[in-house]
Amino acid sequence: MQAYVGETLLKRLIVFYIPLFLFVAAMLFPFYWMFITSIKPDFELYNVRRSPFIVSQATLEHWFYLFKETMFARWAWNTFWIATASTAISLFAGVLAGYSLSRLRFPGSATFGISIFITYLVPPTLLFIPLASVIANLRLLDSPWALILTYPTILVPFSAWLLMGYFKTIPRELEECARIDGATRLQAMTKIVLPLSMPGILSAGIFSFTLSWNEFLYALVFISSPQQKTIPVGVVSELMKGDVFFWGSLMAGALLGSIPVAFVYSFFVENYVSGMTGAVKG
Amino acid sequence: MKSTSQSVPTATSDTLEAGARLSFGRRIGLWLENEAVLGYVLMVPALLLIVVFIAYPFSLGVWMSLTDKLVGTPGKFVGLANFAKLLRSEIFYQAAWNTVVFTIAATVIKGVFGMWLAILLNRKFRLARFTRATVLLPFIVPTVLSGLAWLWMFDATFSVFNWTLKWMWQMEISVFGMALKENWGYFRGPLWLGSPALAMFSIILVNAWRGLPFFAITLLAGLQTVPPELYDAGDIDGTNEFQKFWHITLPLIKPIAVVVTVFSFVVTFSDFQVVYILTRGGPHNSTHLLATLAYQLGMTSGNLGEGAAAALFMFPILGLVILWQLFYLRREGSD
Repeated sequence: MQAYVGETLLKRLIVFYIPLFLFVAAMLFPFYWMFITSIKPDFELYNVRRSPFIVSQATLEHWFYLFKETMFARWAWNTFWIATASTAISLFAGVLAGYSLSRLRFPGSATFGISIFITYLVPPTLLFIPLASVIANLRLLDSPWALILTYPTILVPFSAWLLMGYFKTIPRELEECARIDGATRLQAMTKIVLPLSMPGILSAGIFSFTLSWNEFLYALVFISSPQQKTIPVGVVSELMKGDVFFWGSLMAGALLGSIPVAFVYSFFVENYVSGMTGAVKG
Repeated sequence: MKSTSQSVPTATSDTLEAGARLSFGRRIGLWLENEAVLGYVLMVPALLLIVVFIAYPFSLGVWMSLTDKLVGTPGKFVGLANFAKLLRSEIFYQAAWNTVVFTIAATVIKGVFGMWLAILLNRKFRLARFTRATVLLPFIVPTVLSGLAWLWMFDATFSVFNWTLKWMWQMEISVFGMALKENWGYFRGPLWLGSPALAMFSIILVNAWRGLPFFAITLLAGLQTVPPELYDAGDIDGTNEFQKFWHITLPLIKPIAVVVTVFSFVVTFSDFQVVYILTRGGPHNSTHLLATLAYQLGMTSGNLGEGAAAALFMFPILGLVILWQLFYLRREGSD
């Protein structure tokens, strides 16, 4: 960090405060917009003569509509448990693979490392059509398991890559000491390296959870019945039917679907920055 | 894993011979003491996922692109007919060109403004942590949900941007004393998603809005590793801010900048959600990207073979990026 001593207030205002304020305003305005739209009654919402920036008679009708007339609560539950299960699977596979690739010497480990890295760069949009028929053959279409099993393919490469960097920062000597004291290789991993890597594992977990929570394409293609949908797909497909959109409820749903991930992240943003730094340095 | 009474950590051939009398669990335990064996065993879950849900679907996709498979039919081999058909269709060229424009424009905007924001956030100021957390919001919330907010802000009738433009226009009129209220109805403002060029601009804007915080926060992580003494040394040599950025900051954060740019390039190149929510490829296919075209052909029209072929057109570019990145990492690694 730079201190910038001896800068005049005017200069600081021009080169720092004003640009920063504009950035923050631009980044946050859509969220303000979701909120203000969600609490406006329809006669204010659809009136071009009123200032759209303020609300005079705030109402919760759109929020009630969301819970009474749509399956939003069900979608939230689906999203939560699909994200949790796929994060658990990804962390399990990612921790083991990351440990193996960063700590153990065996023939072919470089090839495995490269193949994991390549999958990290293969996007879902390239795979969704054939993957849909794989899922159909496994009789998993319209089942949460279609998503729980496919999300890790997006998450494992990232988790493994991030954790490899993290594991490398833990001195090998710690493990060697443990093994001289009689620990097996597996014990050295589970009792020494993994506890020390909790910040990295946490970063990978947060990242995996939010990516699963936000995923759209696979959920759109693999899930069709309304009660099985996740929030992003449910809001987009069930609330945008026909020509008339219920903007108040749409924005309420968008805001509510965003809050959990924002909440999870807000606690760990510093942790995330250090996790990224660790991975990149590694 | 239960601890064994064995005090020697690695299995020797003696203990392996004695292993005949050992319990099954103990033998597995000894077996896992072999570095290579453990290495492979730990890779199994990740490899299983990758083979079943990435490698196999990818090869299946190549096969499907060579058939005339429709939803619910097995499809028969048609060679390169799907690719040839795409290469003869105007919509394909439009989508390919859009993908190039979209990717380059959005990545450049994210890179430049992300770098600027990272530099701002790297200063000491009150609420620094809080500000960092809030600017990250667009990146962490579901894209389609924030995309809905943008769809509403771009609405043909109720766009907040147009309302603001109109308000400014009216202010100007009243300031210059021209006709007042009756002009209110005349000004319509641009149709953000209704004309080809503006719709393209809009989807680029929304993609950049969403991805910019990722650039900023990741580059910030890079900036924090730059030792402040280097800037002090620069001060002594009498360099200006730009020279410091160009000669000190940039070379030091280059590795992290390359990683974040490649990642963003791949995600932007294969973007689907922004277009799906805002325009569905319209107006008149002017905003289709390869990914949305593949979706329209494969899912909406049910022509799986053609859809798979359209998606595969993304592969050469992604493959080149992957190769270049591997080469780059290896070169950096050998330094």
